[in-house]
Amino acid sequence: MNLRRDVFQAIADPTRRAILLLVASQTMTAGAIASNFDTARPTVSKHLQILTECELLKQEQNGREIYYHINAKKMKEVADFIEPFRKMWDDRFNKLETIMKKYKTKK
Amino acid sequence: MEQKTKISAEDGKQELVITREFDLPLELLFKAYVEPEIVEQWMETKVLKLENKKHGSYQFETTDVKGNQYGFNGVIHEFSPNQKITRTFEMENTPFAVQLEFLEFEKLTDDTSKLHMHIVYKSVALRDQMLQLPFAQGINMAHNRLQDIVSKLK
Repeated sequence: MNLRRDVFQAIADPTRRAILLLVASQTMTAGAIASNFDTARPTVSKHLQILTECELLKQEQNGREIYYHINAKKMKEVADFIEPFRKMWDDRFNKLETIMKKYKTKK
Repeated sequence: MEQKTKISAEDGKQELVITREFDLPLELLFKAYVEPEIVEQWMETKVLKLENKKHGSYQFETTDVKGNQYGFNGVIHEFSPNQKITRTFEMENTPFAVQLEFLEFEKLTDDTSKLHMHIVYKSVALRDQMLQLPFAQGINMAHNRLQDIVSKLK
């Protein structure tokens, strides 16, 4: 069983960020994306695979061609990456508040 | 509804600020940080040592559901009751460098108070990594759950 890929690891790579920027402007085939980079085609394919696996990109079959487009929902999750950290502290502080309210009434 | 806990983490900075307003008098909020048995409850950790004084130190130990133990420790640099605590925080046996924490406690009204927590990390990259930690853990937890379910199906 493959471990699910980490979205942040995915966007930590400059080539992958460039791919996301490219595809954000329009849906593109793998070939069209690769033509924007000096790197070898298989390298670009690997990047596309990673971005697809972590759901930042979605594939769409159109005739013989596979088109890539941005998964806006997932991209929003990345933008909100602070939220789980905030939630963790919020839960802790809520607990602190509940405990101390009881403490107050006990006295 | 407005969020009670706020995080401010500017791009490219190696620090962040957590603020929270509590429906508690200042003294009770501060007590939650200094009484070991109360810290144990809300931080969900065992307190091995907690010396609330300048040059004092503290040591926590958390055990997860699988029985793995995680140690945390730090040194207290400043301790002013009902005002502030300045301390370091370190996760033991991890590659994460020690961080510096400035905690300020403020009275708002007789029944409300505010905590201002300023954390400084060794680098921008480390701060970003720490911010992502709960997210990564969430993914791992979901993954472990999935694995548990799948293994039961076999």
